[in-house]
Amino acid sequence: MLDSASELIKLQESGDITAAQIVQKAISNIESSDETINAFTHVDAERALDIAKKIDTRRAAGQPLGPLAGVPIAVKDNLCSADMPTTCSSRMLENFRPPYDATVVTKLREADAIIIGKTNLDEFAMGASTETSYFGTTRNPWDTTRTPGGSSGGSAAAVAAGYVPMSLGSDTGGSIRQPAAFCGITGLKPTYGRVSRYGLIAFASSLDQVGPMAWSAADVALLLQATAGFEPRDSTSLNQSVPNYSEILTTSDLRGIKIGVLGESSLSGQLDPAIRKAVDDASEVFRSCGAEMVEINLPHSEYWVPTYYVIAPCEASSNLSRYEGAHYGHRTDSIDRTSEHGPLVSAYCRSRDEGFGAEVKRRIMVGTYGLSEGYADKFYNQALKVRRLIKNDFDAAYSQCDLMLGPVTPTSAFLIGEKTDDPIQMYLCDLFTVGANLAGLPAISLPAGLDDNGLPVGIQLQAPALEESRLLFAAGAFQSTTHHHQQRPRPIA
Amino acid sequence: MNANFIMSHDVTTIIGLEVHVQLKTKTKLFCGCSAEFGASPNTQVCPVCLGLPGALPVMNEQAIELAICAGLAINCSIPELTKWDRKQYFYPDLPKGYQISQFDLPICADGYLEITDPANPDATRHIGIIRAHLEEDAGKSMHDEVAGKSDTRIDLNRCGTPLLEIVSQPDLRSSAEVKEYLTQLKLILTHLGISDCEMQEGSLRVDANVNLHINVDGKKVATPIVEVKNMNSFRAVERAIEFEVERQAIDWQADGLTINDKPKTTRGWDDSKERTFIQREKEESADYRYFPDPDLLPVRIPREQVEEIRKSMRELPNVTCDRLQSQHGLKQYDANVIVNQGPQLVAYFERVADVSGDAKRSSSWVQQDVMRTLKERDMVIDEFPVTSVQLGELLKLVSDAKLDNARARDVFNYLLDKESTVEEAIKSLGIEQVDSSEIDTLCQELLDANPNVVDDVRGGKVQAVGSLIGQAKKKNPNANPQQVRETLLRLIGE
Ligand SMILES: [Zn+2]
Repeated sequence: MLDSASELIKLQESGDITAAQIVQKAISNIESSDETINAFTHVDAERALDIAKKIDTRRAAGQPLGPLAGVPIAVKDNLCSADMPTTCSSRMLENFRPPYDATVVTKLREADAIIIGKTNLDEFAMGASTETSYFGTTRNPWDTTRTPGGSSGGSAAAVAAGYVPMSLGSDTGGSIRQPAAFCGITGLKPTYGRVSRYGLIAFASSLDQVGPMAWSAADVALLLQATAGFEPRDSTSLNQSVPNYSEILTTSDLRGIKIGVLGESSLSGQLDPAIRKAVDDASEVFRSCGAEMVEINLPHSEYWVPTYYVIAPCEASSNLSRYEGAHYGHRTDSIDRTSEHGPLVSAYCRSRDEGFGAEVKRRIMVGTYGLSEGYADKFYNQALKVRRLIKNDFDAAYSQCDLMLGPVTPTSAFLIGEKTDDPIQMYLCDLFTVGANLAGLPAISLPAGLDDNGLPVGIQLQAPALEESRLLFAAGAFQSTTHHHQQRPRPIA
Repeated sequence: MNANFIMSHDVTTIIGLEVHVQLKTKTKLFCGCSAEFGASPNTQVCPVCLGLPGALPVMNEQAIELAICAGLAINCSIPELTKWDRKQYFYPDLPKGYQISQFDLPICADGYLEITDPANPDATRHIGIIRAHLEEDAGKSMHDEVAGKSDTRIDLNRCGTPLLEIVSQPDLRSSAEVKEYLTQLKLILTHLGISDCEMQEGSLRVDANVNLHINVDGKKVATPIVEVKNMNSFRAVERAIEFEVERQAIDWQADGLTINDKPKTTRGWDDSKERTFIQREKEESADYRYFPDPDLLPVRIPREQVEEIRKSMRELPNVTCDRLQSQHGLKQYDANVIVNQGPQLVAYFERVADVSGDAKRSSSWVQQDVMRTLKERDMVIDEFPVTSVQLGELLKLVSDAKLDNARARDVFNYLLDKESTVEEAIKSLGIEQVDSSEIDTLCQELLDANPNVVDDVRGGKVQAVGSLIGQAKKKNPNANPQQVRETLLRLIGE
């Protein structure tokens, strides 16, 4: 029942169901299994029900309602919400309540969506498995011994577990697309600047982007519609009108569209055979829809991950310097007043030491190093130059094709604990996704079948800047031809 | 002995200044909070200037305009592209853990200021300006020491207010030159409405880098550089530099350390003890890890914008000063006094002069009666109760000999406290303007009645008319003594 936002909207309009009933169902689903899944860091059942009842009353009175009226939704816990804690799954912000809503949260409220709760993530969105969360890992609804991916693992699992039909995630290096692939749902990273970052707690400002997650491209389009658009409070937000995304989801005819497929490269060597097969199968589907498949090359793709793992930590080390316990957030209660650096520095060090987890500290250290005098030219500034080359690769590729098809991840969902001791292996999860972040371009992850273990496998479509409609158009065609997005995990025991 | 040393050696003082001025914008540099000084602590803050998670900066266009205006006034070039960088350090009054500033592409570069040479008023000195860049201010930490327990309170109202940091070349050679440079700079910036430049309120802050170049057997030896901070008046800046020059000379004689032996140190100025004291011994080479702020876009400054600002810029104070001399015939000293009071007073004066048609009289009234009253009443010229037109009309009557100075002052004082036209004021005070034919008649009567006075004057005792002026005043209180005197002498001469 909680599979499709579009369905829920229709059912409410026809009077077959009320918002209150929908929310009640969502809450009871959460209560029955989220102890196992741990998708949420915070659920506000009472408030959600209250809002639902008000929507029902307004509907009964014939008052106008927003486009997402009565749709329960989950929001990644790095998006500020004034009425709920906003923790980034960090001890540092365990008790933080921002005095304001993120712009996307405001937009959801204006659309009359019902925010059920905040979802778990890797601490400060740094990770690919949701295992670095201070509040414990989230489990994959398809196999609870496995991770849901990350960092938007909670948002992906909340949809896959049937708690909500849609959720908001954020994507800095693949954090929407990778968990979407691991959880068998659809996830879209918009063009950098398409959705306001105001109120998104920054990890790496030049890469972060908020985006929608749901089972189908149709629902993803619906949520993108409600959240996209220019916002003057975000200087990097694009002042471009928002097209009607739902309008273009009605056909499976892809004639005249050229889809590029990456030729053999160092990247494809890392690919699990099941994923490779899924991409090949998808390629056939697109061909059958009339698309022309062409081979393209992105010569600098082997530099994506190294470039990303310089730029992202450098920006993060700066963005996270505000958490020092003086103004808000975790403050140590054991200041060393005899410290040779003085009590103030001791307070900073201990608050940060206690408040941040290992992965966050690792990235702060890497980033601090990468920006230091004498090293910035070798690391940060060099990475900026390579980033420019990577962007040029995409520009060149899109002069030969309209979209690009490829894998999302090298493997399907891995076991909890499998990669926690090997950060490099964890970083390689982003192999296929970080290119879009570095180039600021939109990309979507689509369910593309199950592997031998019964785990979902995803494929990725990428498009030029601001061509989300083109992505959704092709995704819609794929999903009207295949049934992968309709596969569901077994109910959680 | 140190004074002797400086006298007996070839010692050059080398000073470079870093001047921070707070721009007079309505709002802060990256948010909509008021940038007004003096509000109660932490009342002018928002998520952006508090650096709360998720909040993002948006650049204040007015700050860019003011910075361009300042840059043009100090002969800087304005690049087509400038950008924002983060300067990172930890301090409780810096809530983001970094300051948004400008690193390698400042908004103003490569300018200069011509100042009067204090050693030779007929000559000027060319002081180079390396750059001027925009940055956000930090908050204020207030350290309380109560009963042996130290306590720090933080006020973040100032956090995010726009600053322009103007960095001079080390071209200044004495405390007197520093004072002249600062005076000039302040005059320009206040005149153009760029900053209030109040050292007491912190809208102008000065750091001075000082060292000595000593000629030893034909070779130049440089003493270690000292950066002096915490000076809160021009006087303090002068004193601090003078102190440093002596101190460095003594130190060098004692230890012979040069710039190569000792890194830059930071010293504070203690105003009560009149000495500098060490703040940071070893300037641990602070690594601010500058990098471009990814939350803000690079700023393109179209040439048309620069030209537009250049065109709409108020006249620079030295130009105004020249104009007051050439156009209104003022002496340089008087022109300077008026210009130093700021553009509003200049405008007031010019209107008075235009209406009265008597620039000299206007200048003297503005400098004396008006400025004294402003000071007494602690008000600015824009709030002054006597308008420039009123004062101009009043002074025209004096010039036309229809009113004497004493009467005019009565009218002026009346207008200070009551809303009224000049004409009404004269009427209310019972002053009647006297027609010259009336005075002629009155004077002729007096002369006819006092032939001895006529004889005395004709015999060379001109002061004899004095007794008749008193009588005239008794008969007609509105008679202008000056006019009576002139009339009497004229009639005697006929
Ligand atoms: Zn503010």
